[in-house]
Amino acid sequence: MFDFVSFFPRAVMQSIPLLYGATGETLTEKSGNLNLGIPGIMYVGGICGVIGAFFYEQSGSVNGFLAVMIPLLCCLMGSLLMGLLYCFLTVTLRANQNVTGLAMTTFGVGFGNFFGGSLIKLTGSDVPSIALSATSSFFRKSLPFADRLGAFGKMFLSYGFLAYLAIVIALISSYILRHTRVGLQLRAVGESPATADAAGINITRYKFVATCLGSMIAGLGGLYYVMDYACGVWSNDAFGDRGWLAIALVIFTIWRPNVGILSSILFGGLYILYLFIPTGTNLAVKELYKMLPYLVTIVVLIVSSMRNKRENQPPESLGVPYFREER
Amino acid sequence: MENKTAAVKMRNITKRFGTTLANDRVWLDIYKGEILALLGENGSGKTTLMNMLSGIYFPDEGQIFINDEEALIRSPKDAFRYGIGMIHQHFKLVDVLTAAENIVLGLKEPGRLDMDKVARRVKEICDSYGFDVDPNQKIYTMSVSQKQTVEIVKALYRGADILILDEPTAVLTPQETDKLFAVLRSMRDDGKAIVIITHKMHEVEELSDRVAILRHGQFVGDMLTKMTNAQEMTNMMVGRPVTLNIDRPDPVDPKPRIIVEGLTVRDPEGTVKLDNVSFTANSGEILGIAGISGCGQKELLEAIAGLQIAEKGSISYVSDDGVREELIGKDPLSIAAMGVCLSFVPEDRLGMGLVGSMDLTDNMMLRSFRKGRSFFTDRKNPRVLAEKVVKELEVNTPGVSTPVRRLSGGNVQKVLVGREIASAPSVLLTAYAVRGLDINSSYTIYDLINKQKKSGVAVVFVGEDLDVLLELCDRILVLCGGKVSGIVEGRGASKPEVGMMMTRLGGKSNG
Repeated sequence: MFDFVSFFPRAVMQSIPLLYGATGETLTEKSGNLNLGIPGIMYVGGICGVIGAFFYEQSGSVNGFLAVMIPLLCCLMGSLLMGLLYCFLTVTLRANQNVTGLAMTTFGVGFGNFFGGSLIKLTGSDVPSIALSATSSFFRKSLPFADRLGAFGKMFLSYGFLAYLAIVIALISSYILRHTRVGLQLRAVGESPATADAAGINITRYKFVATCLGSMIAGLGGLYYVMDYACGVWSNDAFGDRGWLAIALVIFTIWRPNVGILSSILFGGLYILYLFIPTGTNLAVKELYKMLPYLVTIVVLIVSSMRNKRENQPPESLGVPYFREER
Repeated sequence: MENKTAAVKMRNITKRFGTTLANDRVWLDIYKGEILALLGENGSGKTTLMNMLSGIYFPDEGQIFINDEEALIRSPKDAFRYGIGMIHQHFKLVDVLTAAENIVLGLKEPGRLDMDKVARRVKEICDSYGFDVDPNQKIYTMSVSQKQTVEIVKALYRGADILILDEPTAVLTPQETDKLFAVLRSMRDDGKAIVIITHKMHEVEELSDRVAILRHGQFVGDMLTKMTNAQEMTNMMVGRPVTLNIDRPDPVDPKPRIIVEGLTVRDPEGTVKLDNVSFTANSGEILGIAGISGCGQKELLEAIAGLQIAEKGSISYVSDDGVREELIGKDPLSIAAMGVCLSFVPEDRLGMGLVGSMDLTDNMMLRSFRKGRSFFTDRKNPRVLAEKVVKELEVNTPGVSTPVRRLSGGNVQKVLVGREIASAPSVLLTAYAVRGLDINSSYTIYDLINKQKKSGVAVVFVGEDLDVLLELCDRILVLCGGKVSGIVEGRGASKPEVGMMMTRLGGKSNG
């Protein structure tokens, strides 16, 4: 029998990194930057949080507030630096965005594995992973009365604070994009920088701020994955292809962070569906189920391009560098 | 001159792009309550000069005074602060946003964004000047003239006192142009300073109070419009006397060359673009095609060149010995091999026919690279051809290895037309050959076309400017909504008559 009450929380937990990544990437793409470095940035966000937590745990006594703040700040710093690097290359130097993004992903994954590997060496443990259970327990703290509320509590109140933060950030991003001056201006920058420039909007600033904020939000996805989803256990390459799924999710949500909340849960659900469907010992069938999120993305791409509504298209100057005096 | 106050004084403005001097110590005054027409050939630096007022470029040297105070305009934002609004040739609007959203874009008003309030103010502005804009309409659903109105409202919303319009009529129908001019006049009477850049002399004479002329980036002079005439202005622009009459030699031995019968074409969405069109284009004759833009001109030429699939009808090519050959169903390559040449100048000038990032020689090769059996392409002949085109058409370029994108619009068009003519066509299809060209370059193109006509080529000339069509063409086919509204003789046809036929099938009588 399909057990929805235990399936749903798993799907949500699976969805949160995707939601962070997708919200961050949406903000970035709205400024006209196609940041394919998101998988790498999420990786860096994760490992930076791990590094911070590792050294804090090593220092002895663990204070709950600091145990959360230190990894959080480390993660934000790491992903901010990645965002700045991306912006410097693509906005200031006008490098090709696709190449830069792919390079950043390669770099980010390598960076994470290198420092992950170093930390594993430092602990000298037998298994190739680091467990930060003390820090993780603070990240995973849910409301104390959640357990007593039965199925409702389990489905909606059993998550750590980062999960709720993801939803709040998605809602705020959505509101800002739709209803504020800043959002309107940001959309204009991504659609037609020349127009925005002529209207007196500082293109470079909008691109930098949106991309760096987007990177930091995406980085939190990496942090959530290690500290909450994986219970504080870092092992190299465990994050997998979630970064790419996040980018697929941006297309799936047609550039709307609020749509991303439900779609990410759908993606998360599809991602782990194979665990809940009895497939017996046939591993090949499981692998087929793992393909579902990607198949759905392809279908959505086909459908959204068939409908061909202008509002559902990517920002028009996505991926194109802007130079005012170009003729 | 009665006591006019200068809204803008530009003094010794110089701007360089690399080694080219776009503006050289320009000295220009713009007065309140006056419409100034800024004239000059293509590439004479008019747009550059105005872009320095609107903050897109920053002058290398010189000073700008706004209301007698020195102004530093470093960005478009500064320009708004000084009350300068510019309507660019290529509209600066975001397609997926609404009119109202485009209008408030970039403004820093206190409080939160209240689109209803914006829409109300937009309506107020529209009412006071007689505009018709729906604040909640998305830009991509608008016509060109509606977009232009949004641009003007945008400038007024920002409280612009100095309004600059860069070739505003290039894309408008005569009726829309009249409406625009009425609005500009009422704004002038309101005390605003207006600068209009245009190539159309009759518009200058009709609308402006004063003209200022630039030549090769230098200020040549200014004068009151009523004290001058088109001839004098053109001479000042070019720097030497030019004749302003378009030649129309008699047709040479006209014989049917292209016979179109009952041609019907649909676009991919299924809308009928051409409906039962029939006509004959003769050799040694120029057949003009008039019509409001988007009435099927493009589809007609493309159908003849084999780029559009015809639903019904026939297009036949009659060769010199009288053999008729059906063109429908043939691929563009074999049609081109028969000597049918298409030179279409789209709105962005580069879209069809030339590759912007390739140099002149390579663009010449686009026509010839299939020639010969060698594995390697022949670069020598195209190079010779490129040099010939540059020399004969006076293309202003540093050399034949300059990317076409770097040339100014007029020179790009000369390269395109020059290449098409060089392939010695028997049918020359040309659309908007003089789009955006200054008067001198336009005449060069007319001369070229006339030369082709005299050598017995059947020329199909799609044009926007009725005056030119009436002076140049032997016969004029008027299209209206994809149907043939009538075919008139070029000699003796009147402008109102053709104008009526453009808007109504068959002209007045059927209305």
